[in-house]
Amino acid sequence: MSLAAAQHGFLSPTGVEIAFLLVGLVTLGAALVTVTTRQLVHAALWLVVALGGLAVEYLLLTAEFIAWVQVLIYVGSVVVLLLFGLMLTRAPIGRSPDADSGNRWAALTVAVAAAAALVWVVVDAFRSTWIDLDGPAAGTTRVTGQSLFQNWVLPFEALSVLLLAALVGAIVLSRKAAAADPPPGAAPAAGTPGEKEGAR
Amino acid sequence: MHLAYPAVLSALLFCTGLYGVLARRNAILVLMSVELMLNAVNLNLVAFDVWLSRAAQETLHSGQALTLFTIAIAAAEIGIGLAIVLAVYRNRGTSDIDRLRDTAEGHGDDTDPGTDTPAAEKAEATA
Repeated sequence: MSLAAAQHGFLSPTGVEIAFLLVGLVTLGAALVTVTTRQLVHAALWLVVALGGLAVEYLLLTAEFIAWVQVLIYVGSVVVLLLFGLMLTRAPIGRSPDADSGNRWAALTVAVAAAAALVWVVVDAFRSTWIDLDGPAAGTTRVTGQSLFQNWVLPFEALSVLLLAALVGAIVLSRKAAAADPPPGAAPAAGTPGEKEGAR
Repeated sequence: MHLAYPAVLSALLFCTGLYGVLARRNAILVLMSVELMLNAVNLNLVAFDVWLSRAAQETLHSGQALTLFTIAIAAAEIGIGLAIVLAVYRNRGTSDIDRLRDTAEGHGDDTDPGTDTPAAEKAEATA
C-alpha cells in the first residue's frame, strides 16, 4: 500500500480526486447551511443537496448500489417525511429567529474541537493509504447482492422485523387517543381542537 | 484515490451534524442533523469497504452491508422520531426542545411559562 501511495502525491491529484473534492465541498457547504439557516424549510431543501452530493460521492467510490439506495431512501422518503413533519408542526414560513438555542457557542466550540481532533487523527493515520479504484467496481448490484444474501441473510431478515416494528410503532404513536375517554387536560394543553385535527 | 479524502469529508460532516444537534432548538432540525451524522458514518463505511475489498483477499463486503443496514435503520428512526415529535406537538403545542424540560433536575421552581403542568403530563400519558 505504501509503495502504491508513494507514487501518488497529494499535489498531483487524479481526476477522480478532483471530482471528489469539488462534490465534497458542495456537500459540506450544503450541510453547513442546513445546520445554520434560520428558515426551516430551506434547511430541509439544503439537506437534499447534501444527501445528493453524498450519493455522487458513493458513485465516485464505485459503490453504485449504495448510491441509488441513498437517492431512493434519503432524498426520496426521509426528506419528504421531514418536510411533512415541518409543515404539520406549523413551522413558520420565513425566518424564525429562535431556530438556534442559547448554547450555540458551546456547541460551536465542541464541534470545532471534535473536527480538529478527528481530522488530525484521520489524516495522520491514513495519509499514505491509497484506494485502488481501477478494475471491476466494488459495489455493483451483483457484488452487493451476493455478499448480502450469502453472508448477511440473518441480519437482513432481522432488519425486516425491525422495520415492521417501527412501522407499527409509528402508527400507534401518531394515532389520536381513543375518543371514548377524552382526557380532561388535553384541551388546555394542546390548544384548540382544530389544531389537533390539523396536527394529525 | 487517497483514503484521506473521504475520511476527512466524513469527519467534517459528522462534526457539522454534531453542531446541529447541540445548537438547534426545533426538534425536527435536530433530527435533520442526526441524519447528517448517520450519513457521515455511511461514507466512512463505504470508503473503507472499497479500500479493503482491494487490499484484502477475502472480505464479506461488510462495509456496504452495514451501510445498507444503517440506511434502513435511519429510515425507521426518522419515522419513529417524527411520530414522537408530532405527538409532543399535539399535546404541548410546541416542538421546541428547550421548553420540554419536565425531567430536568434542579428546577424546583420552573420559571419557564406554560411547559409542565400536571394536565399536560396526563395528556401525554393518555395519548
